[in-house]
Amino acid sequence: MDFGLAEEQSLFQDSLNAYLSEKAGLERVRRIAAGEEDPQALRRELVEFGLSGLLIAERHGGVGLAPMDAALAAECLGRHVASAPFLGTSAVAPLALALAEGQEERLPRLAAGELTIGLALAEAVGARAGAGLVAKGGKLSGRSLYVLDYGADEYLAADADRRLYLVAAAALEHRPLATVDKTRAVGELIFQETPAVLLSEDPEHLRTLIDVAWVMLAADTLGAAQSMLDQAVAYAKERRQFNRPIGSFQAVKHLCAEMAAQLEPCRALVWHAAHALSEAPQEAHLAACHAKAHLAEVGAFVARTATEVHGGMGFTDLLGLHYWFKRIGFNRQALGAPELVREEAARAQNLAA
Amino acid sequence: MDLSYGADYEALRTAVRRFIKTHRHRAPKGAGLRSPAVLGWQRLLIENGYAARTIPRAYGGFGAKPDILASRVIAEEFAAAQLSQGIGGQGVSMLVPTLLEMGAEEQKRRFIRPTIHGEMVWCQGYSEPGAGSDLASLRTSAVLDGDDWVVNGHKIWTSTAHLADWIFCLVRTEPDAPKHRGISFLLFRMDSPGIKVQPLVDMTGAANFNEVFFTDVRVPKQQIVGARGEGWKVANAVLGHERDALGDPNPTLSRLNALISLMRTETIDGRRVIDNPVYRDRLMRLQARVMAMRCNDLRVLSARINGRDPGLARLVVKLQGAELRHELEQLGIDAMGELGLAYGDNPHLRDHGNWQSHYMFFLGLIIGGGTAQIQKNIIGERGLGLPREPKPQAPVQP
Repeated sequence: MDFGLAEEQSLFQDSLNAYLSEKAGLERVRRIAAGEEDPQALRRELVEFGLSGLLIAERHGGVGLAPMDAALAAECLGRHVASAPFLGTSAVAPLALALAEGQEERLPRLAAGELTIGLALAEAVGARAGAGLVAKGGKLSGRSLYVLDYGADEYLAADADRRLYLVAAAALEHRPLATVDKTRAVGELIFQETPAVLLSEDPEHLRTLIDVAWVMLAADTLGAAQSMLDQAVAYAKERRQFNRPIGSFQAVKHLCAEMAAQLEPCRALVWHAAHALSEAPQEAHLAACHAKAHLAEVGAFVARTATEVHGGMGFTDLLGLHYWFKRIGFNRQALGAPELVREEAARAQNLAA
Repeated sequence: MDLSYGADYEALRTAVRRFIKTHRHRAPKGAGLRSPAVLGWQRLLIENGYAARTIPRAYGGFGAKPDILASRVIAEEFAAAQLSQGIGGQGVSMLVPTLLEMGAEEQKRRFIRPTIHGEMVWCQGYSEPGAGSDLASLRTSAVLDGDDWVVNGHKIWTSTAHLADWIFCLVRTEPDAPKHRGISFLLFRMDSPGIKVQPLVDMTGAANFNEVFFTDVRVPKQQIVGARGEGWKVANAVLGHERDALGDPNPTLSRLNALISLMRTETIDGRRVIDNPVYRDRLMRLQARVMAMRCNDLRVLSARINGRDPGLARLVVKLQGAELRHELEQLGIDAMGELGLAYGDNPHLRDHGNWQSHYMFFLGLIIGGGTAQIQKNIIGERGLGLPREPKPQAPVQP
């Protein structure tokens, strides 16, 4: 029995955090956000680090690790608000490609960072007006809004019957969409009888992939929220008013304590949900739902409270704290706001129709 | 992550299940303290290593070497069978661990055996009307007179004082020392002359707490644990045990399951409460938090087994656990609406009115055992390293 990280997992997180601190600090986040640097450069650096092949078997050129390790990587990326696509290419796509025959040739290219795959799955969780895909004769038509990891070579997409497809970006009309979170690339895809490769007809497969994405988003929020708490605590120790550090005032200290009290159990929840993805399939779906929705709630609380602890400075662009605030806000809505995810948690237990 | 217990522990689990199956008819049903059924069950549990498991045989225990995971497996099986794992209370959960750590050999031999066998019932004399969160400012005094301490003062929040044989009590023996260094830890009989116990009725209507008044109570001078003036250190060894017990997530899980049943059976306009999406959403929010606290508990347990510092994961348990439980009870009441107000002998009472009584009881637990505000100071200062509040300066004379 050991509910915790193995030594090599802690070392992996330490080295990834160290790399991101050194090579992808706030100045680089700002450059990418301002469009002065191509986010693909950071992605390629992280390919060297093995992130693109984490979940791909060694015989296909990957590292052969488990979703738990991918969640640990996602946490590091969230902690550093890293502007590198990860969710689609590194976490969901390798598992999606394993669902169909004949997709193995893509895996070495995915692992090597020569192929990127984004997620056009927002409609599989809840389609907004004017969005959604229908399949006819193996071709897809319709629109997918809020595509994650926009700018990819290919996209995973789902139709109204929850079948899963792979489509080439080159076959689509597409455009980027601006969002509040400039550390993530989002776009819109328009399908007009677009040829698509059917990966799976089993809605359970789609559900499993969304579970993986939910856990990764939860892990990203965990990292981002932990960073905001750490920054708030450091600021409260340093900033002085009335001749004392503001962290010695209980009004401020208790805000920090409340953040820690809510966030710390989230770490165990994310570990459990990530571990269950590969090791306890019967528990995985409910754990993924709760990780996604609960981290959305605690993340929002920490994002707001850590900003408040910084006082007026938290509201400015000078500290850049807003990049974390917006990242957490993005993760909350992406692939399902918490209300939708909790309703799915209830359905999964036969508590809702 | 390795969530398996391994073959040895699964064998232990099988043995515990077999024991429960064979002996459960002997478990006491709602019997009071010191009843033959309770004492007999306790003896049986100790003989089999299911109570007082790690207490040395010399002091009447089972004498197993400490094994957190074995204790956990046993606790899980008794909880799953909804069976009492023997006598609890502050004597067993707080005094005995303290004596083992800080007591004199003679004290261990004299007190541990009858305490763990349920023959000696204890209460805890810590808080005073003027010493709550600032416990170290306590004023109950003990002055040495010949071979006796003479105790005078007033304690409050003393659970089971009206039933206890003995009290472990913090008293001020060094009035001139700094407040944390002037306290001693005394043990004395509750039938000593000069003790008056007055019940304290709480908001639930029960009187589990008492006020205790001491007037010239004489205590033999060797009945002190640790040295004179070291009582604060002794007491702090005990408080850690209490806070761990207050955060156990397993009763919270049972209560969540009871809440789900309640929401599936209670109806509004003929429609089940669970079918109302607003109530359902609240339930799912709570379920996520219960899941998080259970995972956190496993994380703390693993850290202890593997000799790692559980850090913040442990410091947040009491604050989060009590708050979560209070909110869970509140949803139970809200699910019943006006019927949730039923109390006492109301014929429409659900579940013996326990949603209301637990709702209030857990508000008590948010305050008791270190208030939520004190917990936040501990998390902030010990967990996050935030600076302490400066001591107030003496007022400047005009």
